[in-house]
Amino acid sequence: MEEISPKNILLKPARPVGIMGYGAYVPRYRLPASEVARIWTDGQAGLPIKEKAVAGLDEDVATMSIEAARNALQRASVSPSESRAVWVGSESHPYAVKPTSTIDAEAIGAVPNVQAGDWQFACKAGTEAMVAAIGFIGSGMADYALAIGMDTAQGRPSDALEYTAGAGGAAYLLGPAEKSLAVIEHTYSFVTDTPDFWRRAYQKYPEHGQRFTGEPAYFKHITESAQALMDATQTKPTDYDYAVFHQPNTKFPQRVAAQLGFTKEQIAHGLLVPVIGNTYAGAALIGLTAILDIANPGERILLVSFGSGAGSDAMALQVTEAIQERRDRAPKTQDYIARRIEIDYATYARMRGKLVMK
Amino acid sequence: MTEVVIAGIGQTAVGEHWDISIRELALRSIELAQADAGGLQPQAVYVANMLSTPLSQQAHLGALIADFAGLNGVEAATIEAAGASGGAALRVGYLAVASGQVGVALVVGVEKFTDQVGSTVDAALSTSGDSDFEAVQGLTPTAQAALLMRRYLHEFAVPRQAFGGFPLVAHANGASNPRAMFQKAISLDLYARAGMVSDPLNMFDVAPLADGSAALLLTRPELLPPGFPHALVRLAGSSLVTDTLALHDRPDPLTFHAARLSVERACRAAGIQPAQLDLFELFDAYSIYTALSLEAAGLAQRGQGWQLAQDGQLNLNGALPVATFGGLKARGNPGGATGVYQAVEAVLQLRHQAGANQVPGARWAMVQALGGPASSVATHILERRD
Amino acid sequence: MEIPRHWRLRKQRYGLVGEVCPHCDAKLFPPRDVCPECGQEAKTLYNFSGRGEVYSYTTVYEAPAGFEEVAPYTVALIKLQEGPLVTAQLTDTNGEQVEIGTPVEMVTRRLRSDGDERGLLVYGYKFRPILQQLISPT
Repeated sequence: MEEISPKNILLKPARPVGIMGYGAYVPRYRLPASEVARIWTDGQAGLPIKEKAVAGLDEDVATMSIEAARNALQRASVSPSESRAVWVGSESHPYAVKPTSTIDAEAIGAVPNVQAGDWQFACKAGTEAMVAAIGFIGSGMADYALAIGMDTAQGRPSDALEYTAGAGGAAYLLGPAEKSLAVIEHTYSFVTDTPDFWRRAYQKYPEHGQRFTGEPAYFKHITESAQALMDATQTKPTDYDYAVFHQPNTKFPQRVAAQLGFTKEQIAHGLLVPVIGNTYAGAALIGLTAILDIANPGERILLVSFGSGAGSDAMALQVTEAIQERRDRAPKTQDYIARRIEIDYATYARMRGKLVMK
Repeated sequence: MTEVVIAGIGQTAVGEHWDISIRELALRSIELAQADAGGLQPQAVYVANMLSTPLSQQAHLGALIADFAGLNGVEAATIEAAGASGGAALRVGYLAVASGQVGVALVVGVEKFTDQVGSTVDAALSTSGDSDFEAVQGLTPTAQAALLMRRYLHEFAVPRQAFGGFPLVAHANGASNPRAMFQKAISLDLYARAGMVSDPLNMFDVAPLADGSAALLLTRPELLPPGFPHALVRLAGSSLVTDTLALHDRPDPLTFHAARLSVERACRAAGIQPAQLDLFELFDAYSIYTALSLEAAGLAQRGQGWQLAQDGQLNLNGALPVATFGGLKARGNPGGATGVYQAVEAVLQLRHQAGANQVPGARWAMVQALGGPASSVATHILERRD
Repeated sequence: MEIPRHWRLRKQRYGLVGEVCPHCDAKLFPPRDVCPECGQEAKTLYNFSGRGEVYSYTTVYEAPAGFEEVAPYTVALIKLQEGPLVTAQLTDTNGEQVEIGTPVEMVTRRLRSDGDERGLLVYGYKFRPILQQLISPT
């Protein structure tokens, strides 16, 4: 076996893999960051985003994933029973033990000849599932596999995360590149043990390392993975029409884009955090659906996720002709963002189970 | 067929009987009925009850109540058909006596809602619908009535306040019934200002659930004690009919099909037409049910039932008095006992013992109990024998 | 806990799987095995489109046990495109104008917990105003 070197670090499937269909989901409730500031800082705090999406009382990662997956299947026009995997990445699975993926697989009609599993890697659980699906299809074990990143993220009342921890995500049906609407040309992951953010078992809210979540965690892993992928593929930022980086707040993706040499225009379409918040395992993936909603055949996209703990998955994609007829088959990302009901902090507290009922 | 007469009647006040249990409540009406019948001893006890299992954690009421009434050794069982339980038990008692198998049958309805408080009562009520496809969606009987009423208002372009006519009649009659839960007349203005329960149903469109017990002794005329003091009332027609359990399974939810069949069958047995009735104790658990029941009985055209309440026809001195002792709305709705209360009240009317509530010269009465949205319908025709 | 009951109904709950009568083509939901139109056996599975319109609706404020935490909520009778009526909650309706006749589509949502917070989560169909009509009323 060839030794790993900067020139051959890319993950290479035995056959090329692409996106057959994609689907976004954002719940319709919005909590303005100013509401959080009103409660906890007399409105004095600086606001990291404008507002965040909040799941309704009858929504969770299972239901949101089902809708995103149905959208992906509708775009792909592939029978759900042909998908040989339903993999859901999240840090807010409705059960501590019992798969979200079996609920989703049953609901979309993918059972019983299917792999199902829940992935957990903080905010990169969704792209991790996607990389696994690339391997699954790329090896020839399956023709189609569904990878989902979805969260209804938790934030402790008054914590910095409460301003941003949102709800939403996306589903991708992957398949052979020649039938896809976007070919996943290259993939690379960069992982270290970096404890910037975690939630211990039985704890309701996560802990985080405040500024430690920045340089040694978010910026280090994203820049390392993105740069390594560009080096290995001999590409540079200008070779990409769009880029999407994990988006825990507005500033981080803007700053990491600048560090890597990407312009504001390149990240503009995928930068949704100001209006839906940080959707954790869904954050990078829903940025990509927003780009696919408007991208033209031949255009290239760089996607880089980040998961605390920590690691980044980088993917380079190229859009194909098939995008033209498939993208209108299901609601678009901006359609979900546009259906917006503003809520106050009290309603938010109720919806998120922060009111003590017993 | 053997003639069946109602020899004894008994009823407790309808309300919140916090201090007595389901067995004590039942015993009170049984004792009244036995005294009324001159001490007749039943050989069979048919208990009408809807929810004692979830609400009182007590099943097996046949044995319990027979035992508590000192009737050990008799035949006894519970008859359950949701809100139609009382009518269904009357039907069973009628069949038992008419067949000759039973000489004297006791039909006792009893319901004890106040053994529980809060949302468990609503959950228990929802079990009378389709658990798999209705209750799991959070549908309650009240919400279902609201669905019917909204659709009715929509299809027939009925003025919303027109439904106020029904509770007005019921409350006017309840005002002079000492056993009624609400003994106060209401005005249309009060109706219009009532709080919303489940849009478009307001507080006065919904009959109150309460505790109560009523009892009937059925027998053959030849078994009556010597010197029986009351005018004789016979069961001239009896019918129990079902429709789909779930409302959504009906081609036309705004037609109480089972109620129509049940009235037809009971009237045919009695040899009368609905128009000949002197009074109709109908099942006004919700004011929309009143309209649909009147239409199903053929007393009003489809979509026109509400009009009967507009011009006094349903009052005690009108063409077709209903809810003569307040109905479910003012007397109260004691669940599985309701159908028995209706028969007790009809007997009072036909014996001409109804006092201030008397329908002048009453000879024919129809009583009808509905289980769910007329998924079970028990209809009985009672006749005064002179 | 009512695990078997909810498990048994998962296909109906998650995907509106009903039946079609092989004799008269009537579409049945909920499934009932005997066709109410022609009286013959009807056990052929049929996937409903999930599209329909509001036949009637109301709001429940006094919720039965198991639903208190989501009250108030809206329940409705939905006339499915294929014919049957179905009882279901409407969701995502606050701020939307719902009327008799409003076109709706099926979504899969949490219906309730079986018992308390330790119990099974019960998922199933609800309906909401059609998403894409909200965006482009064409």
